[in-house]
Amino acid sequence: MISEHAIEARGLRKSYGEHKVLSDVDLKVERGTLLALLGPNGAGKTTLVRILATLDTPDGGTAAVVGRDVVTQTAAVRELIGLTSQDAAIDEMLTGRENLVMMGRLFHLPKDAAVARATELLEVFDLADAADKPLSTYSGGMRRRLDIAVSLLGSPPVLFLDEPTTGLDPRSRQALWETIKKLLASGTTILLTTQYLDEADELADRIAVLDGGRIVAEGTADELKRQVGTERLVLRLADAAAVAQALRMTGGTRLDGDRVSVAVDDPGQVRRLLNQAADAGLPVLSVQLHQPTLDDVFLTLTGDSAGEAK
Amino acid sequence: MTTTTLATPTAGPGAPVGLPKTQSSALGHALADSRVLLGRNLKHLLRNPEQFFQAVSLPMILTLLFRYLLGGAFTGGGQAYIDYVLPGLMAISMGFNSTTTVVGVTNDMRSGLVERFRSMPATTPAVLIAHVSAAVLRNMLSLVVMIGVGLAVGFRPHAGVGGWLAAIGFLLLFNITLSWIAALLGVAATTVEGATGLSMILVFVPYLTSAMVPTSTMPAGLRAVVDNQPFTPLIDAVRKLLADAPLGNSVWVALLWWLGILAVTVPYTLRVFERRARKRR
Repeated sequence: MISEHAIEARGLRKSYGEHKVLSDVDLKVERGTLLALLGPNGAGKTTLVRILATLDTPDGGTAAVVGRDVVTQTAAVRELIGLTSQDAAIDEMLTGRENLVMMGRLFHLPKDAAVARATELLEVFDLADAADKPLSTYSGGMRRRLDIAVSLLGSPPVLFLDEPTTGLDPRSRQALWETIKKLLASGTTILLTTQYLDEADELADRIAVLDGGRIVAEGTADELKRQVGTERLVLRLADAAAVAQALRMTGGTRLDGDRVSVAVDDPGQVRRLLNQAADAGLPVLSVQLHQPTLDDVFLTLTGDSAGEAK
Repeated sequence: MTTTTLATPTAGPGAPVGLPKTQSSALGHALADSRVLLGRNLKHLLRNPEQFFQAVSLPMILTLLFRYLLGGAFTGGGQAYIDYVLPGLMAISMGFNSTTTVVGVTNDMRSGLVERFRSMPATTPAVLIAHVSAAVLRNMLSLVVMIGVGLAVGFRPHAGVGGWLAAIGFLLLFNITLSWIAALLGVAATTVEGATGLSMILVFVPYLTSAMVPTSTMPAGLRAVVDNQPFTPLIDAVRKLLADAPLGNSVWVALLWWLGILAVTVPYTLRVFERRARKRR
């Protein structure tokens, strides 16, 4: 039976000894889309990816990649996936091209096909100039690109990227995002784990927030932001008396010292609030309209554990 | 990034993958994968000066050292010291070379390379087979160097063709078994530093043998240990074969020891490998 989802997990559980890493994780990734798995360190992201990529077995539950069970049909699954882990799994003593050709042959491509595919990927990943240089001359971004190129050798329909931009400088990160978007455009289904909210916001069709081994929220970036709240008007006031008066008047909450935050549902309410403040002679120093970011989502949903990870 | 489109998924998700794949049996794939990875190990040997030094220069230095620095002081029972010591030095040199294998295997286990292979259609134990094959070739190279240098400085074996073939057979069995033991230590080590420590076993045990002096010169307690461990009969067998001396039972004792160790080590190494590879690093 072929599922319409490229990745599907139901009730996945995994413990290492006493330590519960995953408890009852459900996950679905539609074909040709990118799901960002967002969570603090230790949330279970890598464990989940390792199970889906056949590297580990769950204690309970089932998971399938393009309809193939990750426990009972590992060989079939391995033909369909590409995996890039957190640390670059490439050979330091070989050149970029040699790495790709070697890995291509381990994907069981015939030699000339492996060579051709290596050349093609070096071109696509902007590594053609460095192709025959030893890896010791590669920058962090180049290594990461090579690492992702390796995982694409077998043209997998499903790609797992475990924190692909961790440790990269902003420029390399941006370049990698562009690559990921192109992959997505070419029809690849991607499961990407990240600790960076802007990354999820930028790339993901849907976001699943993993915390303490559970999916605590799932949806599009907009849906998740809406879940945390609407826009807020933030007023900075001149003194403590004014803060107290503003709190009484608006029913808002005090942020820090001299700032008061009020939820606003529509633009009309902003006008009414400001008029009210002016009529009452409230000494407002500045006005700010604050839209919820994924950071708010993250911090609200993951509670203390996110703070720990910082 | 270039503006070319990514030529990946030639096929859409779920559709058959568009690249041609070699069709082969599981064994055929395992052999092909091992050969590809052996190519990688041999590149390491040629590109890593330390590895090359260990495989070529060290055996040369050992041979010259024992011939000239120490050789004058020893007077074996009618046998030139170089004739006595060279088979022992062969075992010592292979022990030294094993450190490369131990550390190399641990590196691959820890670096994520083995994990990547496991996520691919590749035959994962091919990593070990390649490391062992590379070690065997490296050791053969060392042996050729030692015999060549030995002959140039007075090594005079009396063996005929049969004796040579038998000696080479023993050295090969020893070589293969030692390389698997090195792979096992590499799999068992949890850090690269630990691997270096563990590999010292293979460096020092060959000294605790009849490699440099006959066991009859040792105190009784030590002699009991040295006579009854697997390295001594192996070294004795090779020495006697090359000298065309009466063999006694050392040949059979050596054969039993090393075939036995090989038969246990290979499946055990593969089992530990599977278990360790599954673990999160």
